[in-house]
Amino acid sequence: MSENTINLTLEVWRQNGPTEKGRFETYEAKGISPDASFLEMLDEVNERLIDDDKVPVTFESDCREGICGTCSLMINGQAHGPNKGQSTCQLHMRTFSDGDHITIEPFRATSFPIIKDLAVSRAAMDTIQQAGGYISVTTGSAPDANMIPVPKPAADLAMDAAACIGCGACVAACPNSAAQLFTSAKIQQFNLLPQGQPERWKRTEAMVDTMEDFFGTCTNHGECFEACPKEISLDFIAFMNRDYVKAKVKNRNLSGQKS
Amino acid sequence: MTATMNSRTTSPALDSKVPDGDNATLWENHKFSMKLVNPSNKRKFTVIVVGTGLAGASAAATMAELGYKVKAFTFHDSPRRAHSIAAQGGINAAKNYPNDGDSVHRLFYDTVKGGDYRSREANVHRLAEVSVNIIDQCVAQGVPFARDYGGLLDNRSFGGAQVSRTFYARGQTGQQLLLGAYSALNRQINLGAVEMHNRKEMLDVVTKDGETAGIVTRDLLTGEVESHSAHAVVLATGGYGNIYYLSTNAMMSNVTAAWRAHRRGAFFANPCYTQIHPTCIPASADHQSKLTLMSESLRNDGRIWVPTAFDDNRLASEIPEDERDYFLERKYPAFGNLVPRDVASRNSKTVVDEGRGVGPLKNGVFLDFAEAIARDGKATIEAKYGNLFDMYANITGEDPYKRPMRIYPATHYTMGGLWVDYHLMTTIPGTYAIGEANFSDHGANRLGASALMQGLADGYFVLPYTIGDYLAGKLGEGVVPTDDPVFKAAEAEVADQTSKWLSVKGTKSPEHFHRELGKIVWERIGMARDKNGLEKAQDEIASLESEFKTNVRVKGDSSSMNTELEKVGRIADFFELAKLKARDALVREESCGGHFRVESQTEEGEALRDDENFKHVAAWEWNGEDTAQTKHEEQLEFNDVPLSQRSYK
Repeated sequence: MSENTINLTLEVWRQNGPTEKGRFETYEAKGISPDASFLEMLDEVNERLIDDDKVPVTFESDCREGICGTCSLMINGQAHGPNKGQSTCQLHMRTFSDGDHITIEPFRATSFPIIKDLAVSRAAMDTIQQAGGYISVTTGSAPDANMIPVPKPAADLAMDAAACIGCGACVAACPNSAAQLFTSAKIQQFNLLPQGQPERWKRTEAMVDTMEDFFGTCTNHGECFEACPKEISLDFIAFMNRDYVKAKVKNRNLSGQKS
Repeated sequence: MTATMNSRTTSPALDSKVPDGDNATLWENHKFSMKLVNPSNKRKFTVIVVGTGLAGASAAATMAELGYKVKAFTFHDSPRRAHSIAAQGGINAAKNYPNDGDSVHRLFYDTVKGGDYRSREANVHRLAEVSVNIIDQCVAQGVPFARDYGGLLDNRSFGGAQVSRTFYARGQTGQQLLLGAYSALNRQINLGAVEMHNRKEMLDVVTKDGETAGIVTRDLLTGEVESHSAHAVVLATGGYGNIYYLSTNAMMSNVTAAWRAHRRGAFFANPCYTQIHPTCIPASADHQSKLTLMSESLRNDGRIWVPTAFDDNRLASEIPEDERDYFLERKYPAFGNLVPRDVASRNSKTVVDEGRGVGPLKNGVFLDFAEAIARDGKATIEAKYGNLFDMYANITGEDPYKRPMRIYPATHYTMGGLWVDYHLMTTIPGTYAIGEANFSDHGANRLGASALMQGLADGYFVLPYTIGDYLAGKLGEGVVPTDDPVFKAAEAEVADQTSKWLSVKGTKSPEHFHRELGKIVWERIGMARDKNGLEKAQDEIASLESEFKTNVRVKGDSSSMNTELEKVGRIADFFELAKLKARDALVREESCGGHFRVESQTEEGEALRDDENFKHVAAWEWNGEDTAQTKHEEQLEFNDVPLSQRSYK
């Protein structure tokens, strides 16, 4: 626990609604404990705004332990701030120094429309998952769990992909607002497992095509990986691209059209 | 029936509907005796599911698979954000894959005993039975559970158990199980079988002629108040741990849906039962917005201790072995650091209260991995707990590989909740409560890795059967249309309740009142409770509540996103619950599980139950805002697990 507090100047994006014009407003955050999290710092700023009879800044968060994926924010132009492998709620003020200026913006992407201030809609990510992010298994029909052995390396790699928290930092960090890292993680967590094989090609094509309805094109910048709070590997994008090409051929075969 | 049976009887208002028979065969037989809805008739029924955590998502998906028309609601932006996602350690199931003596009966027995004999045997037995199906289901969905090199599933042991029956996915089991249930839900959304409503908060349950008609919701982006009709409503809205302000719950977790149902006739059971989790990171200061849990799986390898000396300011590494008190190992040689949560928490409180706490605020105890690292190597410990160690280092700025973690208990789970019968139906016909929102399976204390089990048991394997028994009787009946006066009246009430907060125009933020309420509840209705403190709590809560109602300041408007406005309504419900919680704790003049009454303890300071007078569920009936709730009792019977004083020595 640190006893010295720090003073900061915040430039915060304020926007009253989806169609309203936004602007930056400046707030002084004084006497902040370095042990506070970034969002606790914003809580304090908001409490002071309420004390001054002003409307607090709208931002979203829930679990505050880096797992629900609700929090967002571009902090000094970086999705989830400067530290690797952290979401905004895990960022602590000891990362900053007394006197720092911090710019706080919402996640930026055309497919993430602003709702208010720092809150955006990430509904398009759900739409991608609804297109095929599942294994079709009706409740009650499963065989005994140990009837499906999964090689440990496959299980571990699937878990690496499944660790994605769906926060959208990859999209916000990408110059093209592409969602390849997210989508590939969601596809590969199933495609890597024996249980995921029957629907592998259908899933891949459906999810990639849905992704392209909303998001930009990947040009291999790798900014997504840098921003990802779970450090999801870029390898999954390569897996996805390989599976997508195969899917295009295999799905035609499956529907009776010879390639 | 025992000879000591007293004159207390179950209230006629509480028919548990537990069928007669042997616990071991009860559920199997009952599945046959319940009424069925034939496949082509299922589409004629609409079921609303509120909440999309483990219980809600699994229930919505499963009922949609069966053919019911399902409407699912979440106040989050996506069903996948529900707080089930944050559960770390694992999920229990009586698979006995490790061949170490586990069985359905043992899981049942451990859960009843662990719950300190305050749960319903029949429900717990069913839970233990379906636990094995849950693992099958999740594996088939692609949940990446930990595996051995042979490709089969790995297990570990967990607090309160002497067998290894816990399945896990690194330290993110809740996340992976929720993603599994969410994927099942997505499949049904894609098929058009579930109508998903995101960012809509349920603010009322509507009844007509005493039966469920639907719900009223508020759109959190536009403020629009809407009605939704259904033949049945399922509340899967989680627990009320945030009544303490600081808890391991997510910021938005709340009691509102359950509480609004309570105000419409659903009895609220055992609100005094709260689980205080022993292994959380201690608070560091006033700015603290929540506490972070460190999975108790850490207790498998970590040793808990404090210095033997009072006010010892040395670093852990400077304290020699003979000046350390491994107090759990000392007091409970058989279970050691793996005693149940309530026992571990209370013992930590005792040593901290004695002045032997560690850390800058002297508000923690050590959880030390030095021995485990020396024995198994750093790499092994890192493989098991790496993400938890990283999380700890990030929050505290201290390296747990080099110095012991500091931990302290924090509110984590609430065993109390809406009273439900064996079918999981509340006292409002047609309204169900599942998962943490109900009171049913954990008694006065929940064992580790059992919350995920119960959420998925209710959602996948219990409710989808029992709801048919109710709906079968409704065949041919349509839903109550949303322009019916019952809906219009409820909508008007919700709109009024919401907008009135904007006109108070007081001086203090909703957060301020929540924090102050939390302090009272933690101090008076926390780990140790006594008559005097509980009486004081009632006065303190009431006076803070009246200040809250007249002096809260809610900025913004009600026609766009306004998180302050959302918060204030939830805090108002926490105030009402806090009053009931204090009362429930006051009248339960015994200690059991997570409810520790200072007046009722053994000579060794352990919780002392009073089975003669309190072997019951206390279920409270709402009587309106100005009249106190009425207490109803459901007497509990223990036929398979003989009542005994819990002992983990």
